[in-house]
Amino acid sequence: MTADWPIISATIWLPILGGALVLGSGDKAPNVSRWIALLFAVLTFLVSIPLYTGFDAGTAAMQFVEKTPWIPAFDVHYHLGVDGISMPLILLTTFISILVVVAGWEVIQYKPSQYMAAFLIMEGVMVGVFSALDAMLFYVFWEAMLIPMFIIIGVWGGPNRVYATIKFFLYTFLGSVFMLVALIYMYFKSGSMEILAFHDLKLDLTEQVLIFIAFLLAFAVKVPMWPVHTWLPDAHVEAPTGGSVILAAIMLKIGGYGFLRFSLPITPDASNELDWMIIGMSLIAVVYIGFVALVQQDMKKLIAYSSIAHMGFVTLGFFIVFMITARSDVTSGAVLGMQGGMVQMVSHGFISAAMFLCVGVLYDRLHSRDIKDYGGVVNVMPWFAAFMVFFAMANAGLPGTSGFVGEFMVILASFRADFWFAFLAATTLIVGAAYTLWMVKRVVYGEIGSEKVAKLQDINGREAVVLTSLAIAVLILGIWPAPLIEVMDASIDNLVRHIAVTKL
Amino acid sequence: MEYNLTTLQPVLPEMFLLAAACVVLVVDLFLTERTRLVTYGLSLLTLVATLGLVQYAAGPVKEVILDGSFVRDPMADVLKSALLLVSLFAFVYAKDYLRALGILRGEYYVLGLFAILGMMVMISANSFLTVYLGLELLALCLYALVAFHRDSKTGAEAAMKYFVLGALASGMLLYGISMVYGATGQLVLPEVASMIAAGNADSTVLVFGLVFIVIGVSFKFGAVPFHMWVPDVYHGAPTAVTLFLGSAPKIAAFALAIRLLVDGLGELLVQWQDMLVILAVLSMALGNVVAIAQTNLKRMLAYSTISHVGFIFLGLIAGTDKGFSAAMFYAIVYALTAAGGFVVVTMLSRNGFDAENIHDLKGLNDRSPWLAFMMMLILFSMAGVPPTVGFFAKLFVLDAVVSVDMVWLAGVAVFFSIIGAFYYLRAIKAMYFDKPIDNTVLVSAIDTRLMMSVNGLAMLGFGLFPAALLGACRAAFGA
Repeated sequence: MTADWPIISATIWLPILGGALVLGSGDKAPNVSRWIALLFAVLTFLVSIPLYTGFDAGTAAMQFVEKTPWIPAFDVHYHLGVDGISMPLILLTTFISILVVVAGWEVIQYKPSQYMAAFLIMEGVMVGVFSALDAMLFYVFWEAMLIPMFIIIGVWGGPNRVYATIKFFLYTFLGSVFMLVALIYMYFKSGSMEILAFHDLKLDLTEQVLIFIAFLLAFAVKVPMWPVHTWLPDAHVEAPTGGSVILAAIMLKIGGYGFLRFSLPITPDASNELDWMIIGMSLIAVVYIGFVALVQQDMKKLIAYSSIAHMGFVTLGFFIVFMITARSDVTSGAVLGMQGGMVQMVSHGFISAAMFLCVGVLYDRLHSRDIKDYGGVVNVMPWFAAFMVFFAMANAGLPGTSGFVGEFMVILASFRADFWFAFLAATTLIVGAAYTLWMVKRVVYGEIGSEKVAKLQDINGREAVVLTSLAIAVLILGIWPAPLIEVMDASIDNLVRHIAVTKL
Repeated sequence: MEYNLTTLQPVLPEMFLLAAACVVLVVDLFLTERTRLVTYGLSLLTLVATLGLVQYAAGPVKEVILDGSFVRDPMADVLKSALLLVSLFAFVYAKDYLRALGILRGEYYVLGLFAILGMMVMISANSFLTVYLGLELLALCLYALVAFHRDSKTGAEAAMKYFVLGALASGMLLYGISMVYGATGQLVLPEVASMIAAGNADSTVLVFGLVFIVIGVSFKFGAVPFHMWVPDVYHGAPTAVTLFLGSAPKIAAFALAIRLLVDGLGELLVQWQDMLVILAVLSMALGNVVAIAQTNLKRMLAYSTISHVGFIFLGLIAGTDKGFSAAMFYAIVYALTAAGGFVVVTMLSRNGFDAENIHDLKGLNDRSPWLAFMMMLILFSMAGVPPTVGFFAKLFVLDAVVSVDMVWLAGVAVFFSIIGAFYYLRAIKAMYFDKPIDNTVLVSAIDTRLMMSVNGLAMLGFGLFPAALLGACRAAFGA
């Protein structure tokens, strides 16, 4: 459907405009910049809601399409649109961005206007990534994300922030420039920069494999998949809370989104040929990284590793499709795996955001992320403890929370591909519970760890609002995931049918 | 041929600039230190008026006058306009810096104007002699400008190096030209091309001459292995001169390459293509890798220039109109970016203190958030990160090489641009993540600040709307 007014453009440019205003307001009156930032974040969220309410779930076609020529000499268009895959992720972005602005309210005292501006600009750019239908527009947004994040980690990060942020930038830059070459190559082949035109472009297997690898470099770094995940723990640990939240909740999803929008439909045969590699990497992420998370001493690092493990489910869900369709005795399940991956992305967006915010709450008070510095927090911060335990349960995949739905769907689908995949994937239910709950046990329960812990104040109203809204989202998605699955159903179904057709 | 104002219209901007430069020179003699700004104002007026005349003389039809030695075509119009605009920026930027150094003399502007004249002649050259005339006029002015701060030892050393190596390169170029002249018997470039196309020239002599011409062009660009002068000259010259030297002449060098290699020796594309591939890869590799080791900002930017030259060459290598227009886009964008990069260096300097190290950038975001933001845009543009225009410059040349089936070369180029990103990031790190080591308030004149802001925002503006500039470049090559 098309709307009377450009909803997607508004969702992209409103926060960027807000960011410019906040930047212009300067640091003389920090509260003014904070309120402007909040105003624009809320406005953007409101503006993005019609994308859901006006969405036609019955079609896989792009909706709310906007298209105007941008660089005519290159046939590049300012072409935006959403389908069932990108729309939920855009809403996730606009929702989480409000929380990030609120979460940084009093905590950020050094140049708050630049901090808020960076997040607002980031928000607009991320929405742009999810909605771009022109490959070059996509790439511009994709790379533009790096700039605010680089600044966020580098300026407001922890002691080792410079190392972490430069590593983050170079890693992702390395991944994406080869994607650029692949995009240019496809432009050369097809004479168009439309992503949807790339979907129908005939490519031979060698070309497909090379393009697939170029995409894999870009997306695997972003997701991140083992073995190119090493930037993530560094970036998460050093980033300010807001940075970690955006990184985990949204930027990682962009990698997963890239697989759905680019790798699978553009290079289906190469994906089919190389699916063993992705599945292997995903299972290593789930199992091995799960064990790595178990031994972490730093809470943020632990959650960072748990993110990698959870994102392993996403890529597993996306790539078992080929094995399921190849088996003659199984007729369904391909769609289930992909939907599971998508649900897992959205759910992880909420849960990881909540976990990082919980750690942020503790860090703001004690300025330590070491598990050993805490203990018995429940005695002084009962409300906080309730939230933390709830989110930890969700992180471990407790039924009734959103964390369960996605994992369960992917595990179910894996059974249809191969019993052992499902077996390995299911170990996360044990390992995930072990590392999350063990951390909670050491931080929240037990005797009061130190005098500092004894003086802790419970969460204030601002923090309570943030955590409550996330808790509601996690619960709703856990108990009643149908609305989310319905909107993506047609698009995923279409994708599965598209990739079943060979391009050779 | 009869000479009157109508037939001479295409060369009107050059004639005006010559006359105006002489007037500025004479007027300056009668000025005192206090009224020196008159020279500054007159020079700016001259540039603006010349720009107006370029627009007035512009047109879609190619015109060749003065017995075939001078050509005015759409490419010349765009390049001259860009050249004059970038020079305008450079002139405004130079004033404060020269004054702080106590060398705000009229000669800077007069020499600058003559250098611009030389570049305009190069851009419009249609014969080997015109090319050489323009080139030498430019080079002589630049040698003098580099030595402009005569009490500076490094400046004198840089000027000496530049002069000796530049003279050598000019000699090589001239030697190559004489070989081609010997083989074809022609000096006018299109005539040379048609002689080669007709197969009337000895190919051994031609290729022999071509090698020397490519060396001459590479030297003017500063491509590896003819880059030795670049870091020393950039470092030794007063920053205001480096700013001029590092920006506008890149546009002229591009014109030089097009006039000689495409207009004149386009038939030898296959031969010079291979030579340029080697030069381009070496430039990107050495420029980007060695820049990492620099602590001096001017030297870092010098090595960065070398790597950018490699990218400009990529467009030429493609050998298609698309590639030439991409290289043209790159050269113009780079000239503007470089001017912006160096002006920030000059703005950090003040009386008795010449900022030139990366650590002088430390904490710039605390001292002047706006200046830091502009510099960040400029550095990201150099690194080729969207949405800045530097990305599109890289994109277009990469597209040009991919479309002639040289995907491997595009791969090499992006690989080295990742390495390049590191040292730009390091400079941004110094500005944003480090605490200032020097809290002196940065003062700068309003005109400098204004132009600097325009320059920085242009990185973003052209990045969001690259179509107009690209369209102009495409039109210049009829693509």
